[in-house]
Amino acid sequence: MSASQTPAEAHGHDHDGHDSHGAAHGSLRGYITGFLLSVVLTAIPFWLVMNDVLGNSTLTAIVIMLFAAVQIIVHMVYFLHMNGRSEGGWIMLALIFTIIVVAIALAGSLWVMFHLNTNMMPDMHRM
Amino acid sequence: MTSYPDWWKLLFGRFTLEAIPYHEPILIGTFAAVALGGLVLVALITRFKLWGYLWHEWFTSVDHKKIGVMYMILGVVMLLRGFADALMMRGQQAIAFAGNEGYLPPHHYDQIFTAHGVIMIFFVAMPFVTGLMNYVVPLQIGARDVAFPFLNNFSFWMTVGGAVLIMASLFIGEFAKVGWLAYPPLSGAAYSPGVGMDYYLWGLQIAGIGTTLSGVNLIATIVKMRAPGMDMMKMPVFTWTSLCTNVLIVATFPILAATLALLTLDRYVGTNFFTNDLGGNPMMYVNLIWIWGHPEVYILILPIFGVYSEVASTFCGKRLFGYTSMVYATVVITILSYLVWLHHFFTMGSGASVNSFFGITTMIISIPTGAKIFNWLFTMYRGRIRFELPMMWLLAFMITFVIGGMTGVMLAVPPADFVLHNSLFLIAHFHNVIIGGVVFGVFAGIAYWFPKAFGFKLDRFWGLLSFWFWVIGFYVAFMPLYILGLMGVTRRLSRFEDPSLQIWFVIAAAGALLIALGILCFLIQIGVSILRREQLRDTTGDPWDGRTLEWSTSSPPPAYNFAFTPIVHDLDAWADMKKRGYSRPLAGFRPIHMPRNTGAGVIIAGLATICGFALIWYIWWLAALSFVGVLAAVIIHTFNYDRDFNIPADEVVQAEDARTQLLGRA
Repeated sequence: MSASQTPAEAHGHDHDGHDSHGAAHGSLRGYITGFLLSVVLTAIPFWLVMNDVLGNSTLTAIVIMLFAAVQIIVHMVYFLHMNGRSEGGWIMLALIFTIIVVAIALAGSLWVMFHLNTNMMPDMHRM
Repeated sequence: MTSYPDWWKLLFGRFTLEAIPYHEPILIGTFAAVALGGLVLVALITRFKLWGYLWHEWFTSVDHKKIGVMYMILGVVMLLRGFADALMMRGQQAIAFAGNEGYLPPHHYDQIFTAHGVIMIFFVAMPFVTGLMNYVVPLQIGARDVAFPFLNNFSFWMTVGGAVLIMASLFIGEFAKVGWLAYPPLSGAAYSPGVGMDYYLWGLQIAGIGTTLSGVNLIATIVKMRAPGMDMMKMPVFTWTSLCTNVLIVATFPILAATLALLTLDRYVGTNFFTNDLGGNPMMYVNLIWIWGHPEVYILILPIFGVYSEVASTFCGKRLFGYTSMVYATVVITILSYLVWLHHFFTMGSGASVNSFFGITTMIISIPTGAKIFNWLFTMYRGRIRFELPMMWLLAFMITFVIGGMTGVMLAVPPADFVLHNSLFLIAHFHNVIIGGVVFGVFAGIAYWFPKAFGFKLDRFWGLLSFWFWVIGFYVAFMPLYILGLMGVTRRLSRFEDPSLQIWFVIAAAGALLIALGILCFLIQIGVSILRREQLRDTTGDPWDGRTLEWSTSSPPPAYNFAFTPIVHDLDAWADMKKRGYSRPLAGFRPIHMPRNTGAGVIIAGLATICGFALIWYIWWLAALSFVGVLAAVIIHTFNYDRDFNIPADEVVQAEDARTQLLGRA
């Protein structure tokens, strides 16, 4: 329900955005690659936890977080068809912005809360 | 409570007849006035058979212009409520000295200051800003509507739904007594067991959905629907600042939603995210809410900076000085606004290193903001300044906002903040930037774009009166608070011991009364302008010799905005078109493809509001029923394929010929 002429229409492209400005399309091969990668990236953390491979729960947690991050990227590339060129680079720009904001919020919160806890609740660490 | 039988609890949750505040004379009086006014309104609408017109032409409209106007009306209505709260607080503080209890009991006073903050930010400033963006942005970029017209209607009604819940708390139950950001543990189940806090949570959650979706909508509109030739650096400044604001909305409102959801879980199912027990940490709430809260103030001020930029270049008759620097300053503020949130809680104990970082980033923000002030000043330099109403507001803003900015930098110094925090100095500071910045800018925007929306200018005499009452009233009301703050008076107090302070509160109350006159004059201005509309009529569509595309179409614009999508060659596209002797096309009109009105937005938002109300009162059957209703209505709406229609070429020809005749007469 496009309300008015989009720039793409104005330039004489077809209505559905099946052109170089639009999002890339998936192929069966791409979906299968993505699926297999997701399965592997999910199976490894399970294996790490269930067999207690690393023998250190903090280390295991960090490794699982890393696998989760890679998994997010796999989903974005293979299932959401994101690349540097889709929508004329806007998707990439939005992604970079999102990552920056999330990083600021997470890192900032951790930093702030760590200092708050250390300064305001020193007893918590002795308990 | 104990006397109510089980079937009552099953049917009405924790609602009891005692929840109706019939023992509070102030509330009963208010309710009588509101009910009477409402009845008169309903009677008038019925008498003149306007229900059909309102429903078909306004409530179900997907036209961004009508939705924009409805946002502004919502803002004005809620301004009256929020300001009534302000007057009551000023009145209480002016008399409650040395043993005098005042006329507001503490539990009522606490609800009032909470409601004042919540309403003024979420239901006055936000609707005003969103309304201006909704109305102006598609016109400025040469589009016929926003990217998702139905979503726009739905967003508006969700905002109304939140406002309805907050207003309902006045007469059914109570409102929160926790301050506008509802810090736990006070706002947790243990210390605020009543319904007030739940009104707060569900009201904001429902309105927040609307705000987030309207942010998505406007980003898509600006990115995808600009007229051909309008690349990013040819966009009008207001469109730029709107883009940055909506990016902020989309990036931060989910944080608010998540934070409130966690607090809701604490209150409803007994989790311990923000309690003092079982590893919960209330300080995390403060941290999270301000990661949203600080960008929120930039969400309010950035589009208003855009309004001032448009006003400055139009009424100085020249290009905005330093367009590129203005754009970069806006983008820099957008990013920096994420890096300063801790300055809202310097005193919570993060220590020197954390405080210094956030103090410095806060001070850095004043650099791009200062650059903007200089850009407006240099735009005025050697310009042919016309002192129309919007320009007057711009001048008042520049003086007032600089003062507010300076006290802001004072508060950004952590050691100074340890002295000033939580005092009336802080209250004076943020009213100084929000009234001096946002409110003045909204009035500038209303005076500037009103003739575009309705085809006649606003009355100048009453506008000037409103202007002077507002500006003088602001200084009289808030300068005393700076002084009181420096003397150590803290915020949110309902009574005082030291009689030597009283004079300052009396002065502040007098200032609030002056502002009340300013609001009254504004309402009279609207009324007088409607009565005198024939004398104030503008037939050209370009009453101010404007510079951007919204002035190239008629006033009010036709439903389709532009018969032909304009082609942009330069910044200030309309000024450029006028300079090159643009002539309006008079023939060759074609049918125009437009979205169709739908009632789905009203229905879904209405059901969501009922769901919120049921959740507040623990009426579980109603909550489940209305939630299922929301899902059903959404699914049914997806099967509605009758979403668009074509305005026949004949109608376009008629509308355009009528405009040609008007222009010929002018």
